[in-house]
Amino acid sequence: MQGNSAAQGSIKLKAENLTRKFDRKPIFEDVSFTLTSGSSTAITGRNGSGKSTLIKIISNLLSQSSGELSLFDADKKVKRENVFKYIGFVSPYLNLYDEFTGYENLKIISDIRGSGHGNIDNVLKRVGLFPRKNDLLKIYSSGMKQRLKIAFSILHKPDVLLLDEPTSNLDIDGISIVDDIVKEYKQDRIVIIATNDAHERSLCENEINLNENISKRKEQ
Amino acid sequence: MFKQALAICRKDFNSEIRTRYAVNALLMFIIVVISVIKFSLGEDKLSSELNGGLLWIIIFFATSNGLSRVFVAEEERGTSLVLKLSASAQSVFLGKLIFNTLLTFIINLLIIILYILITGLDIKSPGLFSLVIGLGNFGLSSVMTIIAALISKASSKGTLYPVLSFPLLLPLLLASISATWLTIEGAGFGAIAGEIQMMVSYTIVVITASFLLFELVWND
Repeated sequence: MQGNSAAQGSIKLKAENLTRKFDRKPIFEDVSFTLTSGSSTAITGRNGSGKSTLIKIISNLLSQSSGELSLFDADKKVKRENVFKYIGFVSPYLNLYDEFTGYENLKIISDIRGSGHGNIDNVLKRVGLFPRKNDLLKIYSSGMKQRLKIAFSILHKPDVLLLDEPTSNLDIDGISIVDDIVKEYKQDRIVIIATNDAHERSLCENEINLNENISKRKEQ
Repeated sequence: MFKQALAICRKDFNSEIRTRYAVNALLMFIIVVISVIKFSLGEDKLSSELNGGLLWIIIFFATSNGLSRVFVAEEERGTSLVLKLSASAQSVFLGKLIFNTLLTFIINLLIIILYILITGLDIKSPGLFSLVIGLGNFGLSSVMTIIAALISKASSKGTLYPVLSFPLLLPLLLASISATWLTIEGAGFGAIAGEIQMMVSYTIVVITASFLLFELVWND
């Protein structure tokens, strides 16, 4: 399974003139950016500006109406059907399986991905769910579910970490866990956060503002 | 791909055991239909043609009730993203196809046993009868699986499923009904070779087309 290619600084994500329309109405138009390993980017914009839509397009869960999006691993373009191997994803509209325990959810995902079970306990400890790993998801609180989503996103050590409002429903400890993960991943991988939250934005060095459709590097 | 598919199939089985999304509806349907047939027939005996037709009517509507759940449940609960981010589209389709085929075999075994017990049906070529039912089941689950994927994103799923699947299944159903009543009457392989050929080629075409089309259905 995919994992550590970004550690050598070899991942590049390139978007050229991305446009997405729903019912012929453009959500955003001509968004372009290039991101490489070791970067962190906040996607910002008003409600309805297309932050989540752009995250979905980057993660290959949705197609763009026009434009080109390419992921390169060591300068070699990754085939569309293999993009999922590089992606870690957290989002409010992603749900895990309520009828299984936290541990079982991650075990099922590891089995489907064809990776071993060795990292499951580590990520559960990292997100603070290890003591509750044998509880069914249906009795988890919304904050615990959010923590499990974060565990799901980093289970396979992805090269591109996409976080859509990652700290929603989290307490202070949970927010601190997200901070640590983002700080670690932005060292040698690509981190993208869709948010309007000031704290989440502060974790990122770059910003793509969908209102202004500009990509800029923040003042340091 | 096969390993991933088996993991998805195993997940669906464990999920079904815990939630009984499909099994409860199917069992209720089978019990009600078989009971209605028993009360309608009394002590009368049906001809082989009618038995073949009736058996496949029950099988068709029973599978219409249950097989769509594999994709509909994932969409309704928001868990389809987990699969999209963890496995290739082909693995997902193969996993769901294996699950639906196994479920269809179990359901239809139950239907046939109950049907034989209640109507006293005497099958003169049981080996060929089993072959016809097996091939018919496989064809049925192949069509039902791809249609389940198609309708899972629609708003009126319940209506669409039988409406879409019936015209597609008509050639298979006609061949299955004809071969079934011939085997009930004791026909040899030569007499049903045409139907067998038709069922096998139909299933191969459906599965090939499904693998080619599924990625489009699944990803957007």
